[in-house]
Amino acid sequence: MKRKEELVEVLTGSTLGIFALAVGLLFPVSTLVVLIYESFPAIRKFGLIDFITGTTWDPVAEVFGALPALFGTLLVTFLASAVALPVSVGIAVFISELSPKRLKPIFSTAVELLGAIPSIIYGMWGLFVIAPLMADHVEPFLQETLGRVPLLGKLFEGAPTGVDALTASFVLSIMIIPFMSAIVKDAFEMTPELLKEAGYGLGATKWEVIKNVIIPYALPGIVGGMVLSVGRALGETMAVAFLTGNVHQIPKSLLEPLTTITVAIANEFTEADSDVYLASLYYLALILFILSFGLLMLAKFYLLERLGKRWGTKGI
Amino acid sequence: MGNERHLRRVILKRKVINFLMLTLSSLTALYGLVWLFWILGDVFLNGFRFLSLQLFLNDPTPPGIEGGGLRHAFVGHFIITSLAALIGVPIGIGTGIFFAEYGRHSKIVKAFRNVTDVLVSFPSIVVGTFVYALMVKPLGHFSAISGSVSLAFLMIPVIAITTDEILKLVPNSLREAGYALGAHRWQVIKDISISAAKRGILTGVILGIARIAGETAPLLFTSFNNNFFSTDLTKPMASLTVTIFQYAMGPYEDWHRQAWAASLVLTFGTLLFFITAKAVVHGMRRST
Repeated sequence: MKRKEELVEVLTGSTLGIFALAVGLLFPVSTLVVLIYESFPAIRKFGLIDFITGTTWDPVAEVFGALPALFGTLLVTFLASAVALPVSVGIAVFISELSPKRLKPIFSTAVELLGAIPSIIYGMWGLFVIAPLMADHVEPFLQETLGRVPLLGKLFEGAPTGVDALTASFVLSIMIIPFMSAIVKDAFEMTPELLKEAGYGLGATKWEVIKNVIIPYALPGIVGGMVLSVGRALGETMAVAFLTGNVHQIPKSLLEPLTTITVAIANEFTEADSDVYLASLYYLALILFILSFGLLMLAKFYLLERLGKRWGTKGI
Repeated sequence: MGNERHLRRVILKRKVINFLMLTLSSLTALYGLVWLFWILGDVFLNGFRFLSLQLFLNDPTPPGIEGGGLRHAFVGHFIITSLAALIGVPIGIGTGIFFAEYGRHSKIVKAFRNVTDVLVSFPSIVVGTFVYALMVKPLGHFSAISGSVSLAFLMIPVIAITTDEILKLVPNSLREAGYALGAHRWQVIKDISISAAKRGILTGVILGIARIAGETAPLLFTSFNNNFFSTDLTKPMASLTVTIFQYAMGPYEDWHRQAWAASLVLTFGTLLFFITAKAVVHGMRRST
C-alpha cells in the first residue's frame, strides 16, 4: 500500500516535470534549432548581412534577400501601433474613468470580444469591405488633399488599389486595439484610489488627474502593453495576408503593395520548389522568431517585472 | 480685480481643456466600438444571407460550378481542433500544475514559466514551419495530425498559464490542512488544489480552445487543404479557416458567398467559447 502511493508520487511528479520542461524549455529551444537547421542552405549561401540587406527576391534565379519583407513587417507594425496606441489609451481612459459604473463591464466585454474575433475574419473583412472602400473613396480623397502637399504627397502616390501598406496597417491597427487597450486599462485600474482622490482634493479636473496622476503611475504598464502588442503585431499573418499583395518590393508610397515576413511565408511556403527557396523562407521565419521572441522577452522581463515590483511595494 | 479675472480665465481654460480631452477619449472609445459593430454586422448580415442547410450537408462542387457546401471543412475543422485539444489540454494543465505546485520556489521553474508566458503571444506561423520540418517533411506529405500538433503547441501555453495563475489563488492553508491529515503531495494536488480551482482551469481550457479554433496560419502547411471529404488523419484535411482563406482569395462569387457563411459560423463559434469562459469566471466569482 505504502509503496504504491510512493510510486504514484514519483510518477506524477516526474510526468508533470517533463511536461513543464518540454513546454518551457525544449519547445522554444528546439524550434530555434530546427529553424536554424532548416535555413542552413540559405545561411551558407547568403550569409547574414547580404540576406538582411538584399532587395531581390527571385525564385527563378534563386537569389533571395529579406529586406523588402523585413521592411514591410516593420512598416506595417509601426503604422498599426502608431494608430492603435492613442486610441487604446483613449479607450482605457473612457472605460476606467468616464463610463458610468453600470456600463463598464459592457464596454470592457465589447472590447475583449473585438480581440476574440479570429484574425482571418479581420483579413477577409478587410479584403471585401475595407479594401474597396479605400480604393474608391479614401485613397483618392487622400491623394486630392494630403497628396497635394509637397514631400508628404510622395507618400500617397500611385494607383489606389486598396491592397497596399495603408490598408494592411489600418486593418492590423483595428486588430491590436483590443489587446493593447485591455493591458492599458488594467494598468490604469492599478492606480490607487487614494492618489486619485488626493488629486481631486487639490482641485484638479478629471483630465488633470488622468494626465498627472494616472498616466504617470501606469506608464510602465502602458509601455509594456505597447511592446507586447508590437510583438504580437509582428507575427500576425492572416489579418494582413489578404491585404499586402505579397510583392517583394520596398514600397515607395503607402499606396503600393508590399509583403511582410509572415505573408511571404504563408503564400510561398508550399510552393517553394528548390531547397534554397524553402531555406530562405525558413531564414525569414528565424528572423521573425528572434525579433518577436526578443521583443516579448524584453516586455516581459524588463518592463512588466519593473511594474510588478512597483505595484508590489507600494501596495494597493 | 485684474487678478480675479486672470484666475477665472485660468479656471475656464482648465475646464475647456478638461472637456476637450474627455470628449476626445470618449470619441476614441466610440471609434473602437464602431469597428466592432461594423465587423460583426458585416459578418452576420452577409453570413446569414448565404447560410443554408446545404452548406453543412454537401461537399464542394468542382471550382466554378455553383452549389455545393463545406461539409468537408466543418468536419475536418472539428476533427483537427478536437484532436489538438486532446493533446493540448492534459499537457497544458499538467504544465500549469507543475509551475504552481512543484516549482513555486524554484528559480529555474520560474524562468520556464516566464518563457511559457511569452509563448502565449508567439507567432503562430513559426509554429507551423516548425511542425512542417518535424512531421511533414520526413513523411513527405501533409497530414491532419500535424495540423493538430501545431494547434496543440499554440494552446498549451494558454492553458498552462491560466492553470498556474488559478492554482496560485488557492490558499496555502487548504494544502497544509491536507498535509496535516497525512496526505501525499499528489493527493493534496488532486483532491484539494485542483478541486478548488476546477472552474478556473475549465476557463483556461475554453480560452485555449477559443485561441486555436480560429487559427489559420499554422494549418496552411501542416494539415494543408483538401477538396474532398476525409477523415484520414494521415492525409491532408480541410479546415474551415484554410478554406475561408482559399475561397476568399479565389475568383468565384459563389466561393465568396460560402466564405462569408463559413466566417459567420467560425466567428459565432469562437465568440461563444469566449463568452462561455467569461460566464464560468463570473459564476466562479459569485460562488466564492
